[in-house]
Amino acid sequence: MTAMNQPKTTNEFAQKDARQTPREALDHWYLEPDAALRARVSNLKFWYGNGTQAIDDVSFPLVEKKVTALIGPSGCGKSTLLRCFNRMHDLYHGVKYSGSIELFPENENLIDLDPNVVRMRVGMVFQKPNPFPKSIYENVVAGLRIRGISKRSQLDEIAETSLTQAAIWDEVKDRLHQPALSLSGGQQQRLCIARALAVQPEILLLDEPTSALDPIATAKVEDLINDLDGKVTVLIVTHNMQQAARISHYAAYMYLGKLVEYNETSEMFTRPMCQRTEDYITGRFG
Amino acid sequence: MQSIADNVGGAISYASLARKNRSKDIAIASLGIFVLFIAIATLLALFIDLAITGYPRLADPEFYTSFPSRKPLQAGILSAWVGTIMVMVVTACLSVPLGVAAGLYLEEYASKNWFTDLIEINVSNLAGVPSIVYGLLALGLFIYTFGMSETVLVAGMVLALLILPIIIVSTRESIRSIPSELREAAYGLGATQWQTMALYIVPAAKPGIITGAIVGLSRAIGETAPIITIGALSFIAFLPESPISSDAPFINFGWLTSPFTVMPIQMFSWLSRPQADFHISAAAAGVVLIVMTLMMNALAIYIRYRARSR
Ligand SMILES: Nc1ncnc2c1ncn2[C@@H]1O[C@H](COP(=O)(O)OP(=O)(O)O)[C@@H](O)[C@H]1O
Ligand SMILES: [Mg+2]
Repeated sequence: MTAMNQPKTTNEFAQKDARQTPREALDHWYLEPDAALRARVSNLKFWYGNGTQAIDDVSFPLVEKKVTALIGPSGCGKSTLLRCFNRMHDLYHGVKYSGSIELFPENENLIDLDPNVVRMRVGMVFQKPNPFPKSIYENVVAGLRIRGISKRSQLDEIAETSLTQAAIWDEVKDRLHQPALSLSGGQQQRLCIARALAVQPEILLLDEPTSALDPIATAKVEDLINDLDGKVTVLIVTHNMQQAARISHYAAYMYLGKLVEYNETSEMFTRPMCQRTEDYITGRFG
Repeated sequence: MQSIADNVGGAISYASLARKNRSKDIAIASLGIFVLFIAIATLLALFIDLAITGYPRLADPEFYTSFPSRKPLQAGILSAWVGTIMVMVVTACLSVPLGVAAGLYLEEYASKNWFTDLIEINVSNLAGVPSIVYGLLALGLFIYTFGMSETVLVAGMVLALLILPIIIVSTRESIRSIPSELREAAYGLGATQWQTMALYIVPAAKPGIITGAIVGLSRAIGETAPIITIGALSFIAFLPESPISSDAPFINFGWLTSPFTVMPIQMFSWLSRPQADFHISAAAAGVVLIVMTLMMNALAIYIRYRARSR
């Protein structure tokens, strides 16, 4: 068995050296020696119903309990890739996948699983806050109700922990039964994060969660994502380079549906392997 | 620096442009108000005329509590308004669940192919079929083929068929108008299609669905042709069995198989009498029918308003 079939730890590749070519970088992900994989995307391709191929042969690892950022210019396929992880595309007609997203330690290909089961295991937070038109409390416990949990004490407890984890508990603890839509945009987004965290997702997907928020609300969301580091496996799309630098541990740079470079964020931002990455990061294009 | 004036070959006076555009706005708005005024004035004139003509009977409390009679001044609408309410209950109980289920299925569950396209086109077309055709259908199918008689149940069934397309179309439209963000939020949490529908989409679409149902029912309440076609009587001097009784099992369904009359038929039969006094009763019945319809529409508006202010 080769090392690629045994990707739980990847310290085989952990010797870092100077700049590599992109292709080699893909074959040898430079991960920290103790990094464990939660998932591995291999040769993933994706087509929309109208035939557009939005993802072209993407491979990269998703390190357990770390924040991985997807960066790249608008329209490069970041959201499309993210939405493969919870099979959101399957809601629409005629989409097609090829390749795999292997989950570890189960060694299951997420593409072959029942989309409904995948969405039970992989949570998502959207670009625009989208709380349900119900109370704050009902929003947090929505995922639990969907899973058939209805014991009041259980719901109350999980609601408090998730709201605390999403750094919004203090702001809403006295108004849990007011409509979620009465909250500000930033609070709504943190509520959506709490809603996703309440069901303890194996992977949490965030699609530009701060792009609709003001700077102060953005800072709060970034802080809470920083707090998730070490606890939850997070894959976040962001078009903001500073944000990626601030909150992510690993970064994947995409361009025109392809993965150009994957590395530790600090590495990528100080010593990008490709000229294109460097141009994008330094703001010369994008 | 090049300005927009150089491109269009001359300076534009923004002030005069704005003035010109504003005068267009005013013209359109005045036209709208004028048309609206004519429509409302016509309706109001008709209603007031009816009310004045029917006043002697409208003011008489016995009008509402008496059965029809050969003597114009004793004839009342008791059996008609009770019949109308009973038929409406049957119509609502049949058409709303069926229509909402069909709309939900077509919008959310059915795969999109030529067959569902065909169904979709036909459902929309059915909404435009003259109501007397539904009456003929009911006569041929329910009465001649199934051997049912001209009862509350059959009237409710034919009116339910008549308004089913309205309810299906409005259900589909209100479900379609729910933003996809809400849908994706529910699915993203792991909800199944049924959970997404039952817990999130249908509740959010409820105001639209209820409005559609009430619009359909207020069309049904005034329908005369299909009810006459199935052979409803106009002279009913008794009430159907009460749906609630004082002894067990407290609820009974005898009223469903009872002969009946409804408001528009009562009106129609009085209008076709030679005595002028019966025309007064007809006008009074017309006012009551209009008020019933307006009340249903007011309810629809209230429901929509309450949903929006939330
Ligand atoms: N529903 C869709 N149908 C067809 N093509 C789409 C659809 N959504 C996105 N695309 C295309 O897929 C590509 C990637 O889009 P997206 O993943 O949204 O980019 P990003 O999130 O990086 O801005 C774009 O070229 C876009 O036009
Ligand atoms: Mg995007």
